[in-house]
Amino acid sequence: MTTMRPQDILLPVAAGLCCKPGGFHIDPVRPVERAVITHGHSDHARAGHGAVLATQETLDMMRLRYGENFAGSTQAIRYGEEIRLGDVKVKFHPAGHVLGSAQVAVTCKDTCIVASGDYKDAPDPTCTPFELVPCDVFITEATFGLPVFRHGDAADEVKKLLASVALFPERAHLVGAYSLGKAQRVIALLRQAGYEAPIYLHGAMEKITEYYQSRGIALGDLRPVKGVKKAALAGTITLAPPSATSDLWTRRFPDPVTAFASGWMRVRARARQRGIELPLVISDHADWDGLTATIGATGAGEIWVTHGQEDALVHWCRSKGLKAQPLDLVGYGDEEESETPIIDETEA
Amino acid sequence: MNRFAELLDRLAYEPGRNNKLRLITGYFREVGDPDRGYALAALTGALSFKHAKPALIRDLIAARTDEVLFGLSYDYVGDLSETVALMWPKAALAGHNNPPPPSLSEVVTTLRTLGKTELPKQLERWLDELDETGRWALLKLVTGSLRIGISARLAKTAAAALGDKDPHEVELIWPGLSPPYLDLFAWLEGRAEKPVNRDPAPFRPVMLAHAIEETDFAALDPSDYIAEWKWDGIRVQAVAGRDERGHVTARLYSRTGEDITGSFPDLVPSLRLPGAIDGELLILREGRVQSFNVLQQRLNRKTVSPKLIKEFPIHLRAYDLLGDDENDLRELPFAERRERLETLIGELGDPRIDLSPTVPFTSWEALAAARADPASAGAGEDSDAVEGVMLKRRDSPYLPGRPKGQWWKWKRDPHIIDAVLMYAQRGHGKRSSYYSDYTFGVWTAGEGGDELVPVGKAYFGFTDEELLQIDRFVRRNTTEKFGPVRHVVHEPDQGLVLEVAFEGLQRSPRHKSGVAMRFPRISRLRWDKPPKEADRLETLERMLKAEAVEIEA
Repeated sequence: MTTMRPQDILLPVAAGLCCKPGGFHIDPVRPVERAVITHGHSDHARAGHGAVLATQETLDMMRLRYGENFAGSTQAIRYGEEIRLGDVKVKFHPAGHVLGSAQVAVTCKDTCIVASGDYKDAPDPTCTPFELVPCDVFITEATFGLPVFRHGDAADEVKKLLASVALFPERAHLVGAYSLGKAQRVIALLRQAGYEAPIYLHGAMEKITEYYQSRGIALGDLRPVKGVKKAALAGTITLAPPSATSDLWTRRFPDPVTAFASGWMRVRARARQRGIELPLVISDHADWDGLTATIGATGAGEIWVTHGQEDALVHWCRSKGLKAQPLDLVGYGDEEESETPIIDETEA
Repeated sequence: MNRFAELLDRLAYEPGRNNKLRLITGYFREVGDPDRGYALAALTGALSFKHAKPALIRDLIAARTDEVLFGLSYDYVGDLSETVALMWPKAALAGHNNPPPPSLSEVVTTLRTLGKTELPKQLERWLDELDETGRWALLKLVTGSLRIGISARLAKTAAAALGDKDPHEVELIWPGLSPPYLDLFAWLEGRAEKPVNRDPAPFRPVMLAHAIEETDFAALDPSDYIAEWKWDGIRVQAVAGRDERGHVTARLYSRTGEDITGSFPDLVPSLRLPGAIDGELLILREGRVQSFNVLQQRLNRKTVSPKLIKEFPIHLRAYDLLGDDENDLRELPFAERRERLETLIGELGDPRIDLSPTVPFTSWEALAAARADPASAGAGEDSDAVEGVMLKRRDSPYLPGRPKGQWWKWKRDPHIIDAVLMYAQRGHGKRSSYYSDYTFGVWTAGEGGDELVPVGKAYFGFTDEELLQIDRFVRRNTTEKFGPVRHVVHEPDQGLVLEVAFEGLQRSPRHKSGVAMRFPRISRLRWDKPPKEADRLETLERMLKAEAVEIEA
């Protein structure tokens, strides 16, 4: 029995990560015949593919964003479910990133590669927890792949927000959060912290948040902020896409305190550049400790690093005796780096 | 330390001046002596510790972390203290009897008395005891680089607000005060008399001018103003005063209040009459003012040799008098101070000190003409050292800071060239995630045809919006990456043309192009212009004046 080289199973090409023996691409950036999609963020889930394999939630989110005809055909797959594609077996495991997010395990002969997409090992009340999948090659993101990124407990950050709301009852609190995932997580954390007042939403987040609720995630009393009188917003919390918090749109709020829920808020200069007064370090990506712990725990002997600060993580892997290399996927990462809106925000 | 760290952290994010003031005043009210005094010292930059240099901090982090990971992190965060604070791996603390984190006073007083050899261990202990914010504040403090957008003026204003005093009053007594300012807080809280400044030759905070714009002139009446040449030298305050025994003490201060007397011993004997002169430090040779390039060779020298003194004779050109033997003159109108200055300079009769002449004018047009051609408007052979004109209201008191509508500077038009962006590097601090440092070049004939040769670097001059545009351009047009430096496409038909303004040009063997610019900045982005139409090195060489002095390699 021959062992295949990992790069014969998965290889980065212009369109994305290509599985030749399986006849598909993972999270392709260009239209392809057959796409396997890890999660619903727009830099991973694009329209125009022939056939799409993804979790039901991811397919639903793509439909919400791109309309009914976003792909030629679709197939839903559950966590833990395994199917055969060409010469390989494909199995989905929870990634803990956002609702419906998955790691894709690709096995060919006796070699298993896990493409983890975006993931986090921190608790999140709005999605299935990350599952550790033992494998030979682990493909990891590195969005926060520097040892300065330590996210801490998201619940503490929400306490900080509530303390500020208590301190400035005459001001509105405007929380910038990515529309898919982060916004719903912040709302759920606020509810866990005992905040029961109505939470207001920017128009661009309504659809996706309703979808979360339709999947049985309890988010309490949510109201559109549109049409609410300025004075009535004193002492309230509104969630909005990050781009909106520096927009003319904020003028409808009484002396707003601008917050931003993101792992980037760990670095002061980042918060200041955006004019954020209340940085909240809440991330849907694994932090440095999460990345390194996960890499070690998979037992993989070879690590491919993509999507962010590859250099540092590759260096760390090698210093631990692991074979590691950056996986240069053109088209990934720019979105996070420049913090452009992830979903629906351009429509707002 | 924790309460102080919390204050710094909140200040770092608070954009509004009034909210900043409220935060600082609130801190002064809430925190007692001597912590608040040391906090005020930290905010006004009055603290410095001899041994806590960045190199020491680097050694500490190097001992606990991987060098490569630290390098990459520092490049990303762009701030040494913050990088170390964020990635500091705490030593596993033994047991539950951990010491409480240190107070600000404990940190400051310990640092003052600690020997050089004990410092690293002490810092390490504190870093283990403090949380992320505490570590960040501690490192900012010990390296003396708070940089959180708080001016010394703002911190003093916040202190004044504690006792409902005019911040100006605090400024006036400030030079005689020292940390932890027990006498100041006692006065502010109504528990004691106002402190008196006993220094015979104290520094007075300087008054600065606004850059004038075309549109400002309409609202100004020429008869309200006195004009002077703006000299291209170093702004200084030369102070002489009698001590308790009647001896005259003389000191020379930089515009920020740094005592620079030691660098100019040749000027001290000339300051023999009591007075506080505001003026420009220049090099005069045979009565002629030399260019800034010449003056620069006399500056920042560790030792001032007799040869240096002889070759670069120092001179003070006076334009204001802030105090005389007995009196503080700062409340008087400028015209009156100027008269007293003229009298003092006359009494001194010293060849090393003269008056900066006024420039007579009756209309803005006439002044514009003088500014365009200083040589025929009275500056004569010194006109090369004139970088514009200063306008001072006749009735302006001498106010610390940059008060509105009192003094204006009207610089001569800078030199302008079109250059091509060649390399970009990430900035530091606030700009740490942006490519904000640019190396630009102009065309010259090379072996294989025309090629670009770098002629300078610029970090500013662009708006925030333009920074975003250039940053995006750099990211999308990178041809190669070397650590933090990106090579940006620069072909005849591909690339970005930057209009670069600069104050002067000099020959420089250090640069491949052979020229170096003074004070270059980006004045416009020429998206419209193809790189092949950018300027050539020959243009710069023509601009180089024949008498320009070669700076040292």
